[in-house]
Amino acid sequence: MRTIKEINEKIKKGQVVAVTAEEVIELVQKKGTKKTAQEVDVVTTGTFGPMCSSGAYFNIGHSKPRIKIGGGTCTLNDVPVYPGFAAVDAYLGATAVPDDDPRNKVFPGEFKYGGGHVIQELVAGKDVRLEASAYGTDCYPRKKLETYINLKDLNEAVLFNFRNCYQNYNIAVNLSDKTIYTYMGSLKPQLGNANYCSAGQLSPLLKDPYYKTIGIGTRIFLGGGVGYVSWHGTQHNPCVKRKDNGVPQVPAGTLAVIGDLKTMSDKWLKGISMLGYGVSLGVGIGIPIPILDEEILKSAAVKDEEIFAQIVDYSQDYPQMFAKSLGEASYAQLKSGKITVQGKEVPTGSLSSYSKAREISEELKSWIKKGDFLLTEPVAQLPGAESGYSFKPLKERPIARLK
Amino acid sequence: MISKRIVLHFPKRLVDEPIVYNLIKEHDLKFNILKASITPEEEGLMVIELAGKAEDYDKGVKYLKSCGLKVESLSHDIRRNEKKCTDCGVCVPICPVGALEVDPKTRKIAFHDKKCIACELCIKICPTQAMEVHF
Repeated sequence: MRTIKEINEKIKKGQVVAVTAEEVIELVQKKGTKKTAQEVDVVTTGTFGPMCSSGAYFNIGHSKPRIKIGGGTCTLNDVPVYPGFAAVDAYLGATAVPDDDPRNKVFPGEFKYGGGHVIQELVAGKDVRLEASAYGTDCYPRKKLETYINLKDLNEAVLFNFRNCYQNYNIAVNLSDKTIYTYMGSLKPQLGNANYCSAGQLSPLLKDPYYKTIGIGTRIFLGGGVGYVSWHGTQHNPCVKRKDNGVPQVPAGTLAVIGDLKTMSDKWLKGISMLGYGVSLGVGIGIPIPILDEEILKSAAVKDEEIFAQIVDYSQDYPQMFAKSLGEASYAQLKSGKITVQGKEVPTGSLSSYSKAREISEELKSWIKKGDFLLTEPVAQLPGAESGYSFKPLKERPIARLK
Repeated sequence: MISKRIVLHFPKRLVDEPIVYNLIKEHDLKFNILKASITPEEEGLMVIELAGKAEDYDKGVKYLKSCGLKVESLSHDIRRNEKKCTDCGVCVPICPVGALEVDPKTRKIAFHDKKCIACELCIKICPTQAMEVHF
């Protein structure tokens, strides 16, 4: 039907037809798949939610005299960063918390500040306090460093999230008699609420279920700037059960993404505090789907009514690794505000912001229409539904103690 | 008949006075305590719902003020920091009175402060710390 090269020519001329993943649903309902596929060049998707396997690496520049924080310790606003690299490189993980945070000692802990918040403050242009200690060498004699740093002065500051953009997710409920505090939010006892976390019909990988267009090298909207898909994400699990429309019924594909933190914004990267659980980073991602043929369009036009997620008990089944579903619900049902679980009507809550996902899909559409954002051919495919690639549990092998 | 939710701030010197007792007894008002945190040697805070005839209600509030209490309508108590809210909606099923609600069209989260009873359940569960208590 059309190639990415042809789409890019149209983008450069300002003639591209780009619509959001919501708009394409309406178009297909009005005009049918065939006609819509002929007319639409690109469908833009979006998602905004907590994504824990996120982080950023930095090169802070060399001090005078030099210090090698590799092998030493380093914190940013008291949040530990991992410095196990060369002299002045470090990686800050989204879920890191200060050593003196009470964590869950007084349960449930509040986790008001951590790695995700440091990333948000850096992106907002705020000064951040760096403290490092090192053991000192002949070539890097300095043992202590305390300084403010600012994003603009860093040599490199790169957001590198190795699992984002989950293709579908669980609906979390609590069958026990007490409130539980999870990464899916606070879950009230005896099916008090059901929390979900996906943008459904706007979510990137749900609109390209077989990864036909999204692959390694795909240029994306990341945290308000431009980023790329760098690999499949950890826990990528493409060979799961799917509905006839190809959409996985359980958490499936994931993406590793990378991009220059200096081009991003604190509107789309937000520190997250989950009561009783920990800190995280809210990440905004948008991915364009080039409509290369009618099948791709069909998938991109799948709607909330046709996307299903599994209801999982987080009081017993999830923590104990029992693979059990209490049933399923569509994103249309979830968004109606209540679903039925075990005969009981349960109010729903979302961790993923649908209105923000919508805003991202609109923003990406406007970049493409303005000619600011060209599409890319993937350099390699992600492991697909027939690849046999799977997400395995840990096989524990007890360590024999010497007698 | 009217029914209003108000926040009472007790200065330290009034914490051990039977003010609410007098309020109810002398002004013929029904009351429902929604929240109370009064500790000796400290300021006190009480959230109550008052119901009764409008003139009794007005007299009652006048009495409270004459005692030296600060009286505020409840909505001033819990506020949403619009800059921090990401409209995710995880607070919606937690709120016991439906004061936090998804707009089905925009999918943004509306905060109806008139419905809010200041129970503070949303404060700690908000992932971006957007719900704030203001005294």
